[in-house]
Amino acid sequence: MAETSTTLKHYFVSSAQQFDAAKMGMWLFLVTEVLLFSGMFVAYAVYRVWYPEVFELSSELLDWRLGALNTLVLLASSFTVALSVHFIQRNEKEKVVVLLLLTLLCALAFMVVKYFEYTGKWSHGIFPGAGFAPHGDYAAYYTPYAPQFFSIYFVMTGIHGIHVLVGMGVIAWIVTRAIRGHFSAAYYTPIELTGLYWHLVDIIWIFLFPLLYLI
Amino acid sequence: MSTAGQNYLSASTGVRSWLLTTDHKRIGILYAIAVATFFLLGGIFALLVRTELAAPGETIMGQDAYNQAFTLHGVVMVFLVIIPAIPGILGNFVLPIQIGAKDVAFPRLNLFSWYIFMLGALMALSGWLVIGQVDTGWTFYTPYSAEGTSSVLWLTSAVFIAGFASIFTGLNFIVTVHKMRAPGMAWNRLPLFVWAIYATAIVQVLATPVIGITMVLLFLERLLQIGIFDPALGGDPVLFQHFFWFYSHPAVYIMILPAMGIISDLMGTFSRQQVSGYTFIALSSVAIAFLGFLVWGHHMFVAGQSALSSIIFSMLTFLIGIPTGIKVFNWVATMYKGSVSLKTPMLYALMFLFLFTIGGLTGIMVGVLAVDVHLHDTYFIVAHFHYVMMGGALIGLIGGLHYWWPKITGRMYSETAGRIAAVLVFVGFNLTFFTQFVMGSRGMPRRYHDYAGLLDQYPEFAAYNLASSVGSFVLAAGLFMILAYAVHSLVRGKKAPANPWGAVTLEWTHTGPIPDPHNFEKVPLVTRGPYDFHLADDVLGAAASASSESQDNT
Ligand code: HEM
Ligand SMILES: [Cu+2]
Repeated sequence: MAETSTTLKHYFVSSAQQFDAAKMGMWLFLVTEVLLFSGMFVAYAVYRVWYPEVFELSSELLDWRLGALNTLVLLASSFTVALSVHFIQRNEKEKVVVLLLLTLLCALAFMVVKYFEYTGKWSHGIFPGAGFAPHGDYAAYYTPYAPQFFSIYFVMTGIHGIHVLVGMGVIAWIVTRAIRGHFSAAYYTPIELTGLYWHLVDIIWIFLFPLLYLI
Repeated sequence: MSTAGQNYLSASTGVRSWLLTTDHKRIGILYAIAVATFFLLGGIFALLVRTELAAPGETIMGQDAYNQAFTLHGVVMVFLVIIPAIPGILGNFVLPIQIGAKDVAFPRLNLFSWYIFMLGALMALSGWLVIGQVDTGWTFYTPYSAEGTSSVLWLTSAVFIAGFASIFTGLNFIVTVHKMRAPGMAWNRLPLFVWAIYATAIVQVLATPVIGITMVLLFLERLLQIGIFDPALGGDPVLFQHFFWFYSHPAVYIMILPAMGIISDLMGTFSRQQVSGYTFIALSSVAIAFLGFLVWGHHMFVAGQSALSSIIFSMLTFLIGIPTGIKVFNWVATMYKGSVSLKTPMLYALMFLFLFTIGGLTGIMVGVLAVDVHLHDTYFIVAHFHYVMMGGALIGLIGGLHYWWPKITGRMYSETAGRIAAVLVFVGFNLTFFTQFVMGSRGMPRRYHDYAGLLDQYPEFAAYNLASSVGSFVLAAGLFMILAYAVHSLVRGKKAPANPWGAVTLEWTHTGPIPDPHNFEKVPLVTRGPYDFHLADDVLGAAASASSESQDNT
């Protein structure tokens, strides 16, 4: 990798060292993210093992078609972000901007779907925690421990959603940098790191979807 | 680059140059100032607690104030003092220089961590001042914490935020050790302090997110009643304990491992010979870090966890004794036939050896299932963890601060004052906490604001509590004496020579002050191990090496 004096920080010996360090730092950060979510997965597992019937019944209320749609959207966005790393390595800068914008669009679509899912639940009285009071057709789902299922649903998808929002912010920022021509085959660390983060957000959803919607 | 005679303190001045610094050395100082302040505060709460307990009946405060005082003492000491102290202060200052790096891998993230830490700390303290007091104890057990005062919300957010500071510090050190070592600084040439901070960093990165999510869930339990931990809503309070200890047991190694690293360096330097069993000490840190994740259930032996899990956790707990024992025996062996010099840092190293061994052995005792059924929630536990946390982690920190003081400040402190204070600390500490072992084993429960009602059956509790309280003031006197001579040294201490202890790790190889900004005039080339006194003529000079026993050539 070429030495670009503008991007090489003074405390590193070489760009390669700087790139390796940044990448390792990001991987470690992703490990902490996995552990953060693992706490919630444990809570899910515990309550699922204790009350499997409740979880099966309650998950009927989640629309698997919307979940599947969101899964496809996120997979597509992972693909576009991976392609953007691929093209920046070949210095095809316009393609990178387009791909990053597409990624952003997918993320937005995900959040829009999520918005309709959430408001749909709320309109039927399905809130996390003490506010849980399904009415109308949904009244039959008011069983003991159903609140736990929906608490876990809202907490996990909510925290995941926050991660999507953060990712959108970061992607929007690197798009502006890409437009200003900050990146090239010699220096593209931020794109690489954002891509890694985005894949993680995607992977977590890949686990959330079947656990909450399908089984 | 660097102008001759300039060091990291004089290179730039003014408040801005400190608050916006990305120099790892200055960030270490920022941590030192913050942690010292919190230590003073936590210490005041401790003295209040001990004063209340000095005599039966109400002495200076009622039960509610008492519960708040010990909660704040615990929260401040654990989250704002012991966990950040050694990595934040000495890890920052010393580690990059010890591996021959110009800085940590992410200097801006390093400064950012300090700000997050301060934000968390100020939230924790302002919650107490502004919002109302928390009296759950530092463990925040549900269901009480899910019902009590609303400042629990505030305090759990504070712990969550401070946790990120710890995560980022750990992440920074892992990458620094992997990627920033100077040429020739192979893994088997890392000073043992670096190994210890590295192992600690792994635990910080792997365990802290779990307390983070636990605090989030507890927060939501309070805010929305999500019913995960609160039994009134169908939640499970023991699940909270599992979550809490899955972090907090590994966290005790976040506290002790760095201190163990300091002790290894001190043992080598002040015995003036190879640290015995270098590889074993280095890898036992990693082993402890790993095993530490498997034993959290020993805090729940009587909390309703299944008998089978308790038995398994009990057996796994014993395993921790192996890597710990490896360290203790190797430290002792390092002194054997060395030329031991009893300077103040070494006094603390010896103190550590003595106190930590008692703390560790009593840990194994309470890890025995049947024994713990009796000792759980008594003062025996309080004594156990103070022997390891104060007698181990903090004494290690104090020893390390004395050792690196000349490097950090460029000044010497009074050796006589240092030794007297060390004796005061030692006597005060043992008077305070050994009595707690005795009264705990006789059944004195922890967290009681009063014991007047117990005296009919156990009249001896009065004397033990009084002795313990007296001890705490002796201990405080010793600590204040350290503060006094530290300030004196800053103002009129003798100028320190570049290498007052004759140590041979990289940070002592400078002939003058550390060059600014890059720690070394030129990137060092490392050709020997961290404790190879016989190969260190470049640092010690031929004369010094002639007087050392293990020389082989000049
Ligand atoms: C030799 C290794 C150690 C073993 C086997 C051990 C074992 C134990 C056990 C079984 C308990 C639970 C007792 C009970 O609550 O009934 C305990 C409590 C505790 N230990 Fe250790 N321990 C060890 C080292 C340490 C170290 C190094 C630290 C900290 C630096 C530490 C800090 C604590 C704390 C803070 C508690 C009590 C927490 C509370 O309930 O408030 N221990 N230890
Ligand atoms: Cu433990």
